Order: sequence, then C-alpha cells, then structure tokens
Amino acid sequence: MRSDIFFLICLAVGGAAFAGAMALDNDYVFFAGYVVLQYVVLSTAWNILGGYCGYVNFGTAAFFALGAYSTVAIHKLYPLPIPLLLVVGGAVSGLVGLIMGYLTLRLRDAFFAIATLALAVVLQTLIVNWDYVGGSRGAFIVRPEVIAPLGNYVRYLCLIMLLLAVAAITSARLIERSRLGYGFATIRDDELAAEASGVPTLRLKLIATMISGAFMGMAGAPFPYYIGYVQPSSAFGLDYAINSIAMPLIGGTTTWVGPLIGAILLGSLQQIVTVTISSAINLLIVGFLLVGFVIVAPNGIVGLVRGFMQHKPTGLFGRRRLGVNAPGPTP
Amino acid sequence: MTALLEIDKLGKRFGGFVALENISLTVGPGERVGLIGPNGSGKSTLVNCICGTLRNEAGSVRFDGHPLEGASTHQRTRRGLARTFQLPRPFASLSLLDNMRVPLLYAVGARGRRHTDIEARCVELLREVGLESKAWRLPRDLTQVEMRKLELARAMAAEPKLLIADESMAGLTPSEVEDILALLRRLNTEGITIILIEHIMRAVMSFSQRLVVLVSGRKIADGPPDEVVRNPEVESAYLGQ
Repeated sequence: MRSDIFFLICLAVGGAAFAGAMALDNDYVFFAGYVVLQYVVLSTAWNILGGYCGYVNFGTAAFFALGAYSTVAIHKLYPLPIPLLLVVGGAVSGLVGLIMGYLTLRLRDAFFAIATLALAVVLQTLIVNWDYVGGSRGAFIVRPEVIAPLGNYVRYLCLIMLLLAVAAITSARLIERSRLGYGFATIRDDELAAEASGVPTLRLKLIATMISGAFMGMAGAPFPYYIGYVQPSSAFGLDYAINSIAMPLIGGTTTWVGPLIGAILLGSLQQIVTVTISSAINLLIVGFLLVGFVIVAPNGIVGLVRGFMQHKPTGLFGRRRLGVNAPGPTP
Repeated sequence: MTALLEIDKLGKRFGGFVALENISLTVGPGERVGLIGPNGSGKSTLVNCICGTLRNEAGSVRFDGHPLEGASTHQRTRRGLARTFQLPRPFASLSLLDNMRVPLLYAVGARGRRHTDIEARCVELLREVGLESKAWRLPRDLTQVEMRKLELARAMAAEPKLLIADESMAGLTPSEVEDILALLRRLNTEGITIILIEHIMRAVMSFSQRLVVLVSGRKIADGPPDEVVRNPEVESAYLGQ
C-alpha cells in the first residue's frame, strides 16, 4: 500500500474514532484518549530507535519533558498556538537527540541504555534548577476552558494528539519500507557487516535518535496544557520511560503495528484500571505483562500472530516478513 | 598497468603486541592472490586494516589510485572494496533477498547507479550462488555452506573491484570447497580481483596466481605458489623446523 493512501486511511480511522467520541459527548473519553494517544506517539517514537535500530533508550521521559518545558518556557514569553508549540518542542528534542546520539552512539547495549538514563537525570537536574520555568516548584499553565467548535479544551488537545499519532505511525511505516528502514535493520542485526555493505551506520543512528527524539518532544509539547501544572517529577516521570519500552515490546518491535497495538492495549488497560481499581497499580500491571510477554511471546503480539500465520502462507502478516510478493515459503 | 591495491609499509600494534610490521603488498587488477599464514600471523588484522575496521598506525593503503586514509568502512565499500567475514555475519532478521538489497541500496546506490528493478537483481545474485529458491527465507534456515555463499553473494552485490574472501571455506567438505572455488573463479573471470585468505592449502594452491605468506605480522614470501611453498622460511614457519 502506498504511504499517502495509508496516511488517508489512518486519518479516516482516527477521524471516525474522534467523531464517535464526540457523539458520546463525554469529556472523560477525550481525557483518557489523550493519554492513550500520547503513548501511541511515545512508543512509536521509541521504536524507531529501539525497535528498528536495536538501541534501547531509557531516556524517553527526558525527551518528553524537553517538549513539555519548551512549551512552558514559550508560554511565559508569548503563548503560541499549540501546533506551533509542537514544532518547537519537536525541534528542541530532536536537536538534543542528535547531540545525545553523537555523544553516546559509540556505546552499545547496556552501556547505551545507561547513558540515556544518565541524560534524563542530568536534564531533570537542570530543569529543577532553572527558575524561569518554575524550578522544583513547577509551573502553572492556565488553558482556555472551551474552544469552538469542539467544546471542552481537552477535546482540542486530544484531536492534536490524534493527528500527531497518525503522523508518527505514517512516518514509522514509511521509514520501515524505505532505504532508511533497511539500513536501520542492518544496524540492529550487525553493525560491522552493515558498514561492510556500505551502510553509513553512525549517520543512520544519528538520524534515528533525531527522529525518535523529535516525536517524543512533540508528544510532550501539549502536556502542560493538558495537565495544567508541570513539575519536574511529573514531566520526567518514570512511567514514560517504562511504558514507552513496554508497549513496543508487548506489541512487537520490528514493525509499526507493534507499538500501536501495545500502546492501545496497555494504555487503555491502565486507564481502565485507574478508574476501576487504583492509579497506583498501573506500573505493577506493566511489570507483570512485560514479564509474561518476555516469557510467552518474546516477539510481542505481532510475533505471536506471525508465528501462527506462517503455517498459512496466504496470511497477511506471514507474508510481510517474508517479502511483499513472496511466492510463499517452500515446504 | 597501475596497481589496484597498494599497501606500503603498513604497521599495526595492539598495545605492546606488534600485529603487523612493515607490510608492503601490491595487487594488480584482475589478479588472484592467496594470503596464507599460521593462526595469529595477522591475516585478518591486515584485512581489517585494508577495509577500515581497524586503523593502521604506520604506512598507507591506496586503492584504485586513491589513498584510503581516514575513509570509513562504508566509504571503502562504496569505492569498490568488498569483503566476506571469517564467520558469516548475515543480517539475521532480513530475508536472503533483503540481505542482497542492502548493498544494492547503499553501496551501489551511492555510486549513482540504480538498478531499475532491485528485487530482480537480488534474485539474480542469489541465483548465481544457487540460493534462489530460498530467497524469502531467513539466514537461520541455511546450512553452513549456504551461509558462506550468502556471505559471498552479499559481497558481490556491492559490485566490488576487489573482493577479499576471509576463510570462506573453513569447515566445509571437499566438494563444498570446490563449489566455492568455482564461484570465486567465475567472479574472477568477470574481472573482479580476488584476495583469498585460506588455511586449506589445496584450495589456495589451485586458485592463486600468486601467494603471499604472513608469519608473526611480517611478510616472508610473495611470489608464484610453487616457488613460495618451496621457500625454506615458509616451510619452517609451517612445519616448525
């Protein structure tokens, strides 16, 4: 399927979901939907570096918070419309991603993961000590109550996050099927062999950290308007780092579908648990699910479905891994 | 005739250990050169220095008339220098076809040449090594000899001027060795210069036009195979006399 058609289908599905939510006329749906969509963006962004290139980033919260604090800083200067804030937040996080990549990408595996975790700690310390954006006290953002013609402002925020999610998924899918995606896959598999095949691994890794960071920053940019009060401990919350790793892993990391499925499943589950049991139980659920999936389905839900479909060569997913026009696996 | 590969007084140390010392070697276009030496003599280190995986401290390498100093591995591949690895290193999550696709996209594509139908070219490359029927399989489904063939096919996909085959035949049966040799000979008749690094003497002797011997990081012989194996220094290095 061509990417422009895919983009339109995503828009249509998103539009239909949004229209359905509007018909329900319950602001809570948008309130919860925003969080789920935010995780769709975060886990899709994480997967570009973590799933496609195999570099596990524990610093999602740092990029997310950078986007959020860009908004806070700009809001204090001059309140810009949210789409513009998205661009600024994305640019700031993308730039930091590029710098971080340059400093850390010679590290591999656990060492890279530790470096990204350290980045999050360093940035949080900087923000805590930056008085202009509120420091450790935090910053209040007073958002408009309503926006025409949608009604409650949270609906507008949810719509923006929906569009961002569509953009993130379309980009991820586009990357996956392009020259860039093949390059990323070789980095995940074997960097030495990739270089020997002409793949400029360092440059590709920098591109990946930049795109990944930029989307995380964009996901964070509307956050101050959503939450109303930002403080370092909430913007740099461990939940973001853990969830954005857990969701792709549960869904499956090699395609764009995985993070989407993971984020929708886990994100919705967390929202349901928050209102029915307790919000404190969220990370516990993530932990249990993650352990379960690592044992039962190490390649996530997508891997599980694929394994099942490969017994039927006509399957939709069975073919994708084996190639688009595959003549079917030989017995 | 200008040389394709010129190595001049190349030296490489790992801490206090001298891995390569004062290696000079010239390979002309279209040549078939065998590179032999006991374990630890520096063969793979030399390959790694030529391909840019390791940086040499002394001396220089020129390829196709240009110095390679400062060029990264992928830049060298794009200039026409391809290698296979001693232990096959396929892209495990990609099908064989996509394994071929990577050098086509990145090495050949970077030279401004684009195959109109990349997929057809991938299949053609796999057909040349007899892996066409497994084009949609993953590397983990292959046998050892097929894995070596995949490694060679991927190196070939980059359309190199010089192919360095690092122990492509280790651990194979005699008939499998013949398979690989025939493949390499065919590539050579197509105009590709080949450096063969190998322990199996029978294979090296029948393949090489010239034999280079490394011992303890030094080049001790360079010449026609029959002469080289009669060289007393080579004999003593191999037989420990």
